[in-house]
Amino acid sequence: MKDLSLHILDIVQNSIRAKAQLIEIEIDERPENDQYIITVTDDGTGMNEEGLKRAIDPFYTSRTTRKVGLGLSLFKQNAEQTGGSLHIESVLNKGTKVTATFGFHHLDRPIMGDLVGCLLILICSPGKTNYVFKYRTPSGEYVLDTREIRKTLEDVPIDNPEVRIFLKEMIEENLEEIHISE
Amino acid sequence: MNKIKSLADLRKLQNEVQSKIKLREKGDNPDKLVQIKVSMATCGIASGAKETMTFFIDELEHQGIDAVVTQTGCMGYCYAEPTIELIIPGQAPVVYGYVTKAKAQEIIDKHIKLNQMVDGIIPVNYSSIDN
Repeated sequence: MKDLSLHILDIVQNSIRAKAQLIEIEIDERPENDQYIITVTDDGTGMNEEGLKRAIDPFYTSRTTRKVGLGLSLFKQNAEQTGGSLHIESVLNKGTKVTATFGFHHLDRPIMGDLVGCLLILICSPGKTNYVFKYRTPSGEYVLDTREIRKTLEDVPIDNPEVRIFLKEMIEENLEEIHISE
Repeated sequence: MNKIKSLADLRKLQNEVQSKIKLREKGDNPDKLVQIKVSMATCGIASGAKETMTFFIDELEHQGIDAVVTQTGCMGYCYAEPTIELIIPGQAPVVYGYVTKAKAQEIIDKHIKLNQMVDGIIPVNYSSIDN
């Protein structure tokens, strides 16, 4: 995967499969510490200690359709290539937190890519999962909470095309305002 | 400079959209709509399923075709990603492999609009590595 946004899309699918109701996606730019931190937190089924140990094993998956599970291992590899790391914390029946730290100024840090597109795929899906998206840069912070959006929309579905276009513009404008890096 | 859009603007949009929805028939239920499920696990995403899904959403909206585009997990056809499952009401679901944008356009033009199947269907009697 070439973009960090695709990794986020991929990791969040794990949370969805763990029956999470609320998924928090956090991106934190800290150029002064040479850190670029991506965190995905969910309140899904979590893993026990054995599952946690095997989660980053590329030949372990909880699926039955195929025998490999590369999502987390690829994410880890990308983070480590930039002098960073990947940590997973998980408590059974409480949820899981995946933290990936990248070297901010490292040449091999992949670009973020189409972050807004990936967020829209997640947010504008008919399921009941809610998302909190936070993006922090030295110039400010942007927080998007789909619970607020759903409340505002009342009975208009969140996957309505006009709502989708509106959300796309809203997120793009707000991210531009806090000067996110590539 | 334009003002940044906020939840207050969303509320205005909500009123507009809601009145439009009320004008439409209430008989709209998902069982009667064309459904497209895009396989979106690691294998799919790495092969460009995101572009395929975005293309389906935009193109179907552009052409005014009522359809539900959702994501699903890995179907086990990792070699043929991006894969989609197409469900036309009253017909058996069909799985297409190697769905690039060009293929997606062909599927919309021929299968969804004219009900003619196109190349690239993965037959149901193919089984996964376990069997």
